[in-house]
Amino acid sequence: MRRERVPIVVIVPAAIGAAFFILPLLGLIVRSPWRDAVAALTAPETLEALKLSLVASLSATAVGLVLGVPLAWIYARVEFPGRDLLRALTTLPMVLPPVVGGIALLLAFGRRGLFGSWLDSTFGITLPFTTAGVVMAETFVAMPFLILTVEAGLRSMDRRYEEAARALGASRWRVFTRVTLPLIGPSLFAGAVLCWARALGEFGATITFAGNFPGVTQTMPLAVYLLLETNQEASFILSLVLLLISLVVLVGLRHRWLIA
Amino acid sequence: MSLEASIQLTLGPLDLEMELTIEEGEVVALLGPNGAGKTTLLRAMAGLVPFTSGHVRLDGKVLEDTATNQYVPTEQRPIGFVFQDYLLFPHLSVLDNVAFGLRSRRMPRAAAAAKALDWLDRVGLKSSARAKPSELSGGQRQRVALVRALAPDPRLLLLDEPLAALDVTTRAEVRRDLKRHLTSFQGIRLVVTHDPLEAVALADRLIVMEKGRLVQTGAPADVTERPRSQYVADLVGVNLLKGEADHGSVRMPGGPVVAAAGAETGEVFAVIHPRAVAIHKTRPEGSPRNVWPGRASHIELLGNRVRVRIDGDVPLVAEVTPAALKELDLVEGGEVWLSFKATDVGVYAA
Repeated sequence: MRRERVPIVVIVPAAIGAAFFILPLLGLIVRSPWRDAVAALTAPETLEALKLSLVASLSATAVGLVLGVPLAWIYARVEFPGRDLLRALTTLPMVLPPVVGGIALLLAFGRRGLFGSWLDSTFGITLPFTTAGVVMAETFVAMPFLILTVEAGLRSMDRRYEEAARALGASRWRVFTRVTLPLIGPSLFAGAVLCWARALGEFGATITFAGNFPGVTQTMPLAVYLLLETNQEASFILSLVLLLISLVVLVGLRHRWLIA
Repeated sequence: MSLEASIQLTLGPLDLEMELTIEEGEVVALLGPNGAGKTTLLRAMAGLVPFTSGHVRLDGKVLEDTATNQYVPTEQRPIGFVFQDYLLFPHLSVLDNVAFGLRSRRMPRAAAAAKALDWLDRVGLKSSARAKPSELSGGQRQRVALVRALAPDPRLLLLDEPLAALDVTTRAEVRRDLKRHLTSFQGIRLVVTHDPLEAVALADRLIVMEKGRLVQTGAPADVTERPRSQYVADLVGVNLLKGEADHGSVRMPGGPVVAAAGAETGEVFAVIHPRAVAIHKTRPEGSPRNVWPGRASHIELLGNRVRVRIDGDVPLVAEVTPAALKELDLVEGGEVWLSFKATDVGVYAA
């Protein structure tokens, strides 16, 4: 079979486009001080940032699952006026500049914010510049990915399985946990992983709402940014770690993403 | 101990109004063409489709009644439902599928598994208990769907086209098994089908439904011998006419009169078997009282028979042998005469 010739006007911009993504990665790999990798990775402040990042991003994913799955269920199953508007509002952070998200969070939950002042005066709870604030900022930015993925899964599943379960005497809760959730398993997994990866890389909203305190709110991306000024080589190594995680997530998801 | 339902609803193009009563121990087949509303009726009785007005009562207990605003949710009805494509849970093993209804009714895990295994044993699938539904053949899946519905001991078993998803070669065998299992189940059984063979094989009584309305009900033999709708007549393969009887003849709307030995008075159906209709090249002279000219509009070979549709004052289907067709030198569009005896016309009140 004769191969179709790809026109040169396509090849050149396509090659430049690909190089645009590959060259920075290459730079990161080539210029990283591999000799000092172990030292940089095991430095106490690195480990602290890594630990905080994992705790905060996993917490954000857990909060996303607990709040996002019911929201996705309502979007997929309940007809009500204003549903599209509500969906747009709850997925806005996907396109909103994260810094703006951080400012919005400050204005709502800051010490003098709309609800923050009430939380402070009534319960003595302050959220900004705490680890809880990091989780909030990450959830705010990452949960929309989970909501949309799970909603798509719920919409594409065959609802008659739920009817079959009901006809077998299953309560609504049992139908949901034993039939609906397992059947949308791939979407649920994909949504949770996307949400987690987005939370792990969160920078703008976190630094705006939670600040940059080592051990309390300084996550990996924040540490990378800070190290760029004081210890460039360590910052390169940490960047590589984040890159590796992103790559693993993307490659691992490709299959599930497609079938979901 | 019976099922009694009166349901009126509209769903898309379907306008359904049905009343039916099924007695204890009966196997009833709901027969009708696609789009007649059979499946919708079944789903309404299961509580899966809301209806505009009506009621469903099982063993005297109200499952749903629009007049009193009563509604027992599907999951609390003592029913078993076998879906057309079975809807076995793909993520659960065969055993867990069968145990699902028992676990839903709070039977402890071990007891549910033991009972499910016992049910699987009855249909010869004990060895497949750990398999996933996707590993089973179509016939095996059908049996799993049946025992999954039967395991929780329902009072009413609803089956929606239970054999439609099978290929023709396995259908006959599975139908035999299904008949056996339906016979051993004690409750009320209602099978939806569009296949007359299936209906006659499985059921003690047929309910024929068309466009959301009941058109005929009775024992399979009654229904097939005395069709009351064009749909049933077509299924059975007979000519069905409707007209006004007048002592030995039946007058059709529009004028033509058919001589029919049994006709007395009133609105009647007249049935003429295609085998009783003879085809001639020229006007026949003889004893048959019914003789008409016509035009062969459609010729169809069915095994060792040929069915010829003849248009004329009274459109009829005649059945002849291929040899006879050759002798008549008949092609589609050809002019013919047809005849049948007055004694070959079955007449019954409409």
